[in-house]
Amino acid sequence: MTTTNFEPTGTPGRNAAINPAIAMSPTAGLPEGRVGNRSRAGLAEKISVRNLDFYYDGYRALKDISLPLYDRQVTAFIGPSGCGKSTLLRILNRMYDLYPKQKATGEVLLDGNNILSPKQDLNLLRARVGMVFQKPTPFPMSIYDNIAFGVRLYEKLSKSEMNDRIEYSLRRAALWDEVKDKLRQNGMSLSGGQQQRLCIARAIAVKPSVLLLDEPTSALDPISTAKCEELVDELRSDYCIAIVTHNMQQAARVSNFTAFMYLGELIEFGDTESIFTNPAKEKTSEYITGRFG
Amino acid sequence: MNAIYLRRKAVNRVALSLALGAAGFGLFWLVAILWTLLFNGLSSINLALFTENTPPPGGEGGLLNAIFGSVVMTTVATLVGTPVGIMAGTYLAEFGRGAKLAEVVRFINDILLSAPSIMVGLFIYEVVVVRMGHFSAWAGALALAVIVIPVVVRTTEDMLKLVPNSLREAAAALGAPQWKVITLVAYRAARNGIITGVLLAIARISGETAPLLFTALNNQFWSADMNAPMANLPVVIFQYAMSPYEDWRQLAWGGALLITVTILLLNIGARVLAGLGTTRK
Repeated sequence: MTTTNFEPTGTPGRNAAINPAIAMSPTAGLPEGRVGNRSRAGLAEKISVRNLDFYYDGYRALKDISLPLYDRQVTAFIGPSGCGKSTLLRILNRMYDLYPKQKATGEVLLDGNNILSPKQDLNLLRARVGMVFQKPTPFPMSIYDNIAFGVRLYEKLSKSEMNDRIEYSLRRAALWDEVKDKLRQNGMSLSGGQQQRLCIARAIAVKPSVLLLDEPTSALDPISTAKCEELVDELRSDYCIAIVTHNMQQAARVSNFTAFMYLGELIEFGDTESIFTNPAKEKTSEYITGRFG
Repeated sequence: MNAIYLRRKAVNRVALSLALGAAGFGLFWLVAILWTLLFNGLSSINLALFTENTPPPGGEGGLLNAIFGSVVMTTVATLVGTPVGIMAGTYLAEFGRGAKLAEVVRFINDILLSAPSIMVGLFIYEVVVVRMGHFSAWAGALALAVIVIPVVVRTTEDMLKLVPNSLREAAAALGAPQWKVITLVAYRAARNGIITGVLLAIARISGETAPLLFTALNNQFWSADMNAPMANLPVVIFQYAMSPYEDWRQLAWGGALLITVTILLLNIGARVLAGLGTTRK
């Protein structure tokens, strides 16, 4: 972890409305001793990011990032716009490879294998590391086919197996009851919140081991947001989940670990309780209390 | 009311009437053409037009061989030109982003798009007709295909570029290789637009005369032989309209009306399809 000298921004910023009391509420009443010391023993490191740098056409967007992502835990990435949260997420499934002139150096180990290695098969990697985007992206096909699409890429299932898989994923995404009678309907006919849960179902259907959520609720209404958060809570038991969010209450609500990033650097990483109640760095505390950003 | 405001209103009124005048001027000629066509052509639309071949001067007849020839050559041209056009458009939109080669291809395609069709006719005449030693329906279809290609390339590229990148990323994020992203997701999202482009290309070639004049020429008689000259509506209209025989000129009016109505229907079909594409979002 790197330390930097920050210019005081001096502007209270857009997030001044955030009430620090709410942001801190999840840990209210916790015994002092647990804060910052929540045991990491017994947690398996699913992904280890080591000395990661990232360049957009020569511009250094991520600077020497190192952090672990634990299996069956939710890790939240917070920080002001442009700090590199989404960039970091898009490295974990090498989404950036779709675009020329983008380059990552360092190591990202997934179950011990460096996925940044040129030998890494990108399609297989992406089948293992699922991603849900900021805006819901249903494919222009039926709800059924939206989910079957990813499954068919790597598995040959019989019709009944496929039906089971689709029901399983839709149930896990808490969408089954709403769409079970209209699976043949176009996925784009669903509401925004349903579309996003469809995208989550689609990602789960291919049985990944990691789920990357890039601001999954920023385009959703509060009720859909709540449903998605419940969903993350449900999925935690089976996946390693990384979530980028601009909403600090959300980070506090859903995550076990939190990484605060600023200007391409990882300022602080720790368990969510300590980040939100007792941050080690001045910058972190300024951000989570809404004094800048 | 101050002076600036009054002046603004006056300028607005002048500009509005000029714009309305320009629109009216353009529409007037369109309506005049359609009216003349209907007025002169409607009387020659009868069963014989569709069941009898082109007659000798003074004889009774229809346009069956010409209609057949036009349909056959347009179909062959579309079947040849559409796959080539879609594949080239796919290259430009999906693979050639930022590539030098793509820029060159796009530039040449734009030139081809606006090239005078008589040049296309002359080119096929030199390359195919002269070497084969005779006019043929193949040469005609080929010339029309050359006109189809740039239209389809352009619409395919434009429609694929309208497909949001987030959709491609979403498919790639599931582990789909690029060719599956394109064929299963991008094509599906752009389908209506691409079909619209193909329909517009068909509309464009079904009225082309110049490229056929040098290639398929014409045929007074029924012929389904692709290796021989073949009758077709535009060239028949061209010859009959210039002829001194009243009954030939009447047939030319009928043929002109037929082509115009066909193109009108194709365009309406294209618009309806394009409309379907936008409302779905």
